[in-house]
Amino acid sequence: MKISEIAEILGAESLTGEEYYDLDIKSACGSDMMSDVLAFHKEEGMLLTGLVNLQVVRTAQMMDIRCIVFVRGKRPDDSILELAKDNDITVLCTKDRLFGACGKLYCAGMPE
Amino acid sequence: MPDNVLTLHYDIEGNDFTSAGEASGDVKRKLRMLGISPNTIRKLAVAMYEGEINQVIHANGGHIDVEITPQLIKIVLSDEGPGIPDVEAAMSEGFSTATEEIHNMGFGAGMGLPNMKKYSDTFELETEVGKGTVITMTVNIE
Repeated sequence: MKISEIAEILGAESLTGEEYYDLDIKSACGSDMMSDVLAFHKEEGMLLTGLVNLQVVRTAQMMDIRCIVFVRGKRPDDSILELAKDNDITVLCTKDRLFGACGKLYCAGMPE
Repeated sequence: MPDNVLTLHYDIEGNDFTSAGEASGDVKRKLRMLGISPNTIRKLAVAMYEGEINQVIHANGGHIDVEITPQLIKIVLSDEGPGIPDVEAAMSEGFSTATEEIHNMGFGAGMGLPNMKKYSDTFELETEVGKGTVITMTVNIE
């Protein structure tokens, strides 16, 4: 699923990395625990989370995650967006809650 | 030391959550420049990042030495922290001594050491309560 489709399904706003909108995302993971993300995530994936700090982007960086969605309308600060930009990661922001956002993507065919 | 070995050294600040992960990110970038496979880099980066986070959270900082040879990458994480009283418990998934504050940062799920073991090809842990911990991991280059 392209990042552009993900943004549309979630009614999400893009905060950085729109140039990667055509990238195909093959799996998704929703979690506020970064160690769980580090344990279970698969390749070419995305992360949905309600946690907003630099370690979310670091975790994504280590796992080659290319898209982060911050849920519940949480907005990351500039240092977080800068780190995402440096690592070619698209950052989206949706008003949906974590469960709702994951559900919408799952129903639209996004695999775990 | 032979010419085809690259060594890197990092000093990790304790309790500094802003810079936690910088060393692992730097190693990841360097490995990418060396043309090492993404899968090998990801395994190494996650194992090292968990170790780096552990040093920040539990050990009041520490040191990380990285040795890159054509066959494998070796990481030695050493600290002068409190040591691990019960290694068996610490190695089991879900066991954590982290504080509420650490949980709020997204860590302390009790997956740090298990993840390090999972992503490395060899894993050795030496620890002494009151003295510190040394973890040596290697990841084979595919």
